[in-house]
Amino acid sequence: MDRVMVLLMGFISIMIINNLVLTKFLGICPFLGVSGRLDMAFGMGCAVTFVVTLSGTLTWLIDHLILRPYGLQVMQYVSFILVIAGAVQLVEMYVRKFFPSLYESFGIFLPLITTNCAILGLCLFINLWDVDNLAEAVVLSVGAGLGFTLAICIMAGIRENLLLADVPTCLKGAPITLITAGLLTLAFMGFAGMVR
Amino acid sequence: MANASGVELSKTFTAGLWQENPVLRLLLGMCPTLAVTAAVKPALTMGFSVIFVLVCSNIVVSLMRNLLKSHLRILMFTLTIATFVTIADLFLKAYLPEMSETLGPYIPLIIVNCIIICRAEACASQNGLVVSIVDAVGMGLGFTITLCVLAGVRELLATGMFAGHAIMPRAFVPWAAMGLPVGAFITLGLILALVNQITKKQA
Repeated sequence: MDRVMVLLMGFISIMIINNLVLTKFLGICPFLGVSGRLDMAFGMGCAVTFVVTLSGTLTWLIDHLILRPYGLQVMQYVSFILVIAGAVQLVEMYVRKFFPSLYESFGIFLPLITTNCAILGLCLFINLWDVDNLAEAVVLSVGAGLGFTLAICIMAGIRENLLLADVPTCLKGAPITLITAGLLTLAFMGFAGMVR
Repeated sequence: MANASGVELSKTFTAGLWQENPVLRLLLGMCPTLAVTAAVKPALTMGFSVIFVLVCSNIVVSLMRNLLKSHLRILMFTLTIATFVTIADLFLKAYLPEMSETLGPYIPLIIVNCIIICRAEACASQNGLVVSIVDAVGMGLGFTITLCVLAGVRELLATGMFAGHAIMPRAFVPWAAMGLPVGAFITLGLILALVNQITKKQA
């Protein structure tokens, strides 16, 4: 029972309290670039969730089964990025085959998931926090992906309404998006202290 | 002829500082920009690490540009960058352990810094060695300067200090929020708005 509680706490913590986008500044590029429309934001969130789950799990396995026993930690970054690039390639092929219209609208942002800091960031955090069992690593990865989806969907919802607002010219586009994101982080800070 | 190429080079160099400033104009590399700018020293360390990785990877990519297969090139770029980031990370761990501790995972995250991949793709894979190096230094400096401006504003308002030295009058009440994520987002948003305003006036 205790273990289930720990997993659940970890899940909530990474999804809301330590949300990668809003408190760790990871994955800001797609967060700003793809959050213009809600459906695209959701599609992007799903793609990232899939990649982050796959790569979080695989990098934990590689780290604990290959790199650590043989003392090859120097190779960590290179091997992590290879796993992520492979996973993204997989998603890209899948989306191009089954959702061609979505593939068109993503454009450059789909291959750019490789360089989404949220994914490499999570793999590094799992390593930094010394997560020592596979279940926890998987739960954290899924939580991080869902947290990203949550943040980008909230942002897209706000931006769709922002189109109707009368924003000063110099603030249009990226600046107002950043300021909105800043206010969102304040809202998310309200969750701090909910879970240790 | 040598003169003309000199002009070209200085143009490439200054483009990175203002017209094509990676953070302010191209909106690249936002994650480190927001994450390490709570104080000036980590921002400066981050800036120099990025310059090092950017210059080295541009050199390597420029040298191997004729060997690249187009569908594998992003992978080759990332692997090159990952190698140099590992070097920078080990160097910081050895000589600046405190700084390495502060920056934490954001040093390895240079691998996925869009600026570096973007320069490898847009410049180094099409140009010769000299142009690539000049471009890398210009872009890197533009990035570092932006980071320091942002960090300067935030550190000053959050703690009343600049690079660890107290400079605000004693009556100043620190704005704790500037050190938090919200300060990062809002300061960058306002700086971008300012830059938009200035460029509009110039045009």
